[in-house]
Amino acid sequence: MSDPQEVRFRGGGFAPTARRGVGLVVFVLLIALAEWGTQSGWITPLTLPKPSDVLATFGELWQSGLLAKHLVPSLTRLVVGAALGVSIGMSVGVLIGLFSYVRAGLVPLVAALFPIPKIALLPLFVIWFGIDEGSKYALIAFGTFTPTVVATYGAVDNVDRSLIRMGQSFGLSWWSIVRKIVLPGAMPGILSGLRISLAIAIILLVAAEMLGAEYGIGAYILQAGSLYDLERLFAGVVTLSLLGVVVSTLIGLIEKRMLRWRA
Amino acid sequence: MDIRLEGISHSYGDTEVLRDISLEVTSGQIICLVGPSGCGKSTLLRLLGGLERPAAGRVLQLGRPPEGCLNPLTYVFQDFALLPWRTVRGNISLVLEDHGIRGADAEAIIADVLARTRLSDFAQALPRQLSGGMKQRVAIARALVVNPAVMLLDEPLSALDAQTRELLMDDLVSLWTRAPFTAVYVTHNLAEAVRLGHKIAVLSRRPGQIREVVEISKPLKTRGHGDPELDAVQKHLWELMREEAKAADEELLDV
Repeated sequence: MSDPQEVRFRGGGFAPTARRGVGLVVFVLLIALAEWGTQSGWITPLTLPKPSDVLATFGELWQSGLLAKHLVPSLTRLVVGAALGVSIGMSVGVLIGLFSYVRAGLVPLVAALFPIPKIALLPLFVIWFGIDEGSKYALIAFGTFTPTVVATYGAVDNVDRSLIRMGQSFGLSWWSIVRKIVLPGAMPGILSGLRISLAIAIILLVAAEMLGAEYGIGAYILQAGSLYDLERLFAGVVTLSLLGVVVSTLIGLIEKRMLRWRA
Repeated sequence: MDIRLEGISHSYGDTEVLRDISLEVTSGQIICLVGPSGCGKSTLLRLLGGLERPAAGRVLQLGRPPEGCLNPLTYVFQDFALLPWRTVRGNISLVLEDHGIRGADAEAIIADVLARTRLSDFAQALPRQLSGGMKQRVAIARALVVNPAVMLLDEPLSALDAQTRELLMDDLVSLWTRAPFTAVYVTHNLAEAVRLGHKIAVLSRRPGQIREVVEISKPLKTRGHGDPELDAVQKHLWELMREEAKAADEELLDV
């Protein structure tokens, strides 16, 4: 008989766990690399602005009050447009999930609307809703509507049927079943759809502002771009990234609160 | 309130699952339905409580449900069917809310049923924190809280391990002894059937027909392990089912 051998460990992996601070380290490293490259002249100022200069520009923007002037209209558009799109999208999604005729009628329509680049419709929206805020709200609402519908009816489809059967067997009313069983059961799917919808909302916000707005992050970026003022361009882009992070964190918090039961 | 099944037949597409079943569910008694897998016993239970419509025949309620009964025909499911986002208390209050029972009234009723099922300490727990046996006790508490005229139990102990099953059977026996309830109990476990059933209806393989109804007169409380009388009944039931179960098993293979 040969020598005893220890059994080789083969399990493990495939189970990502939370690692605090790693994301931050990646950011810091990338920025440090850019700073070092631009300082040493290895990266030309035309290729990439110095991160420190971008920071300085950002500071100026903040102090002069211009940041608020651009950010407030942008946030208003985002909130109004996304709230419209998400609430209508969720209602339509639930209706598609619950009623065969609504499903048969609307699923093909949603499939037809989904791939349209919403930006291409902006001129049309300008005619329908006016050159002012109306067309921007409509663009963002329309852009968030379709992904929300698809995520919502998928989530409603995935609600455990045995729970619905249970509700019926206890004589719960139709409305109670929808409110207390279908909606909470669909919530995980709806919230993960919301992440995608809101990212799309930010993209469309900038697009709408680039096509016609005096104030707004998009307008600010467009001005800076046409002047080849890279510092200001990047300051605007960083603002957008921060906006994305904030939105994603907010959804994370909502998920944590509403989906505590999953853990 | 009694329930009478009159000539129930049912099929899914071309597959005939139940053929001409007539049965009487007497109040205050537990009737067990046993049969090989796929014989349609769970289907029969869904027909009994109105979750499905029979292709032929009728399910009749005889007499009125007793006073204070919120949901005459109440199920206990094999997979518990608890809402994972509600606490134990929330899962029980769910079935009261629709009857307009809220606030202090609901609190009192829920506290009482939690005490009866020995769940008082777990009122605020979420289903994911509970073991399988505890979950099924919550489901039983939820069924009891609506004062059912007839409880319809669909293999309630089949998802549980053997020890938990024993404990829950004791719980069911003591619940019944304190306040006799009417129940239809579907199971494929003959030991459960002879322990809990006043009457045991044996179904044949698909299409399910009633082969025999066995009555056990011994009181539930006095039934225990290794009881020769029960063992004899269980043996008799197994002999009835043996060929059927074997045939049913082979039938599934050539589908």
